[in-house]
Amino acid sequence: MNAVQTPLKSRPAPAFYIERLRADFPILKLEVNGKPLVYLDNAASSQMPQPVIDRLVRYQTTQHSNIHRALHYLSEVATLEFEEARRKLQRFINAREEREVIFTSGTTDAINLVMHGYGRKFIGAGDEIILTTLEHHANIVPWQMLAEEKGAKIRVVPINDAGELLIDEYEKLFNERTKFVGVMHVSNALGTINPVKQMIAFAHARGVPVLVDGAQAVPHMKIDVQDLDCDFYAFSGHKMCGPTGIGVLYGKAAQLENMQPFKGGGDMIATVTFEKTTYNTIPNKFEAGTPPIAAAIGLGAAADYLSAIGMDNIAAQELALLDYATEQINSLPGVRIIGTARHKAAVLSFVIDGVHPHDIGSLLSQEGIAVRTGHHCAQPLMRRFKVSATSRASFAFYNTMAEVDALIAGIRNVQKVFA
Amino acid sequence: MADYKSLYQEVILDHNKKPRNYGTIAHASHHADGENPLCGDHISVTLKLDGENIAAIAFEGESCAICKASASMMTAAVKGKTCADAEMLIREFRDMVTGKLEPAASDHIGRLAVFAGVRDLPSRVKCAILPWHTLHAAFSSVASASTEAEDDPMRTLIGSA
Repeated sequence: MNAVQTPLKSRPAPAFYIERLRADFPILKLEVNGKPLVYLDNAASSQMPQPVIDRLVRYQTTQHSNIHRALHYLSEVATLEFEEARRKLQRFINAREEREVIFTSGTTDAINLVMHGYGRKFIGAGDEIILTTLEHHANIVPWQMLAEEKGAKIRVVPINDAGELLIDEYEKLFNERTKFVGVMHVSNALGTINPVKQMIAFAHARGVPVLVDGAQAVPHMKIDVQDLDCDFYAFSGHKMCGPTGIGVLYGKAAQLENMQPFKGGGDMIATVTFEKTTYNTIPNKFEAGTPPIAAAIGLGAAADYLSAIGMDNIAAQELALLDYATEQINSLPGVRIIGTARHKAAVLSFVIDGVHPHDIGSLLSQEGIAVRTGHHCAQPLMRRFKVSATSRASFAFYNTMAEVDALIAGIRNVQKVFA
Repeated sequence: MADYKSLYQEVILDHNKKPRNYGTIAHASHHADGENPLCGDHISVTLKLDGENIAAIAFEGESCAICKASASMMTAAVKGKTCADAEMLIREFRDMVTGKLEPAASDHIGRLAVFAGVRDLPSRVKCAILPWHTLHAAFSSVASASTEAEDDPMRTLIGSA
């Protein structure tokens, strides 16, 4: 296997530069419980910078109408801006063609689209779908529904104690019945960066297509879908400084063209009679009904915003935060990090001896610190680590080392309260 | 605004650390398991009825401090009471943590008023209420309670994860 994974490099940005970026995010000026907001729940949803907010306002105040329909001025403007947003996303992930970018409501919707459009057409009784222990419920449940409907089987790639996929075991799962692979690029619960390029190459050598759940990767590192050679890549807008209710399914044109539509309705048709309907071409075939136009245009602005900072700079700053936070948490007695993969994005899951994660989350919130607590929609993974839940701090480029210090002080306070 | 400091009072921390009536009752007449699928917390309640009276009650399980303290104080509050009194307390506790009842307006809530603070913390209401749902289920001989049950009054208040 020659597709070796390049580790991300830690390189903290100068503090003044981070302060300038933070000024773009009005919400970061909030106080919570009389304390400055320390927002460390970016893996759940990131915050929105002023240029994206402004773009939404400009669309809504001067450009809004329905798209792909009427011939009047506003409809033309809205259609042009919507399709321009598609091109921005195409460039952002380096898709070959803009029609390979399907707007969905988010990652979950994108995966469900592939399950219905590809899975229900090409996966049958006795066929096998490979998933991994790390998967988010969004990349488990749709495939279980399909397996139940078709009599197909789910095979699961195991992990080691660090939270890394066992690639040898992955390769052993393949057989002549293997029809599909679904794998997350970056684990939302542990931060593990999976060697998806290598996994895709292995699957393709056996004629098996691969869907990558990129919800946690796209906001934090440069994604090149042509370089990965994935068949499908799904991600959400609201985790990359964009609005909620919008996301993207990238699919290779040849795959998308062979798929059946997922939702029926307006915009996805060529002609309709009560006897027969012919479908529109991609991407419209998969975009039934009026899409969230403003959200798509806002997502385009978010892609521009991140690109202007530079995804490599973002990755370097976040890794510097992760390295510092990891070192600090490791120095605290009674606190254990769950997920210690060699290649990690800026997600830090931890447990405190004798304190339930919900109590940790509530007490940290008292200090203005936002972390996620719970099973992170990854119950099989939690069971693998024999915990019911963890607390998770997840960083974005706009977080600071001082915020890591606030988290550490917050954890010490939790330990004091429960001493 | 949410104030967790008022929630994590000494009495709650104490019951979390040293829960009363922790364990199971041998030869229990009633039993139920309660689960909050949103967080995986689960507790079981066993009790022994002597006629209409709760002669013995115990709980065990894995949960956050709010849930454990709530369970501990619940068992202390209903032990020796009649089922009818306990059911009334279940109703009043539920009304209090969902903001429908001021603790001062009740003659029965007493020390349980320390949980009134969760009314402003929708994500924690379920933690406080789970033991009470479970006790109710035990009386009704329902095998298990869930914070996601269809008749859960919190169901409309709290979205799922």
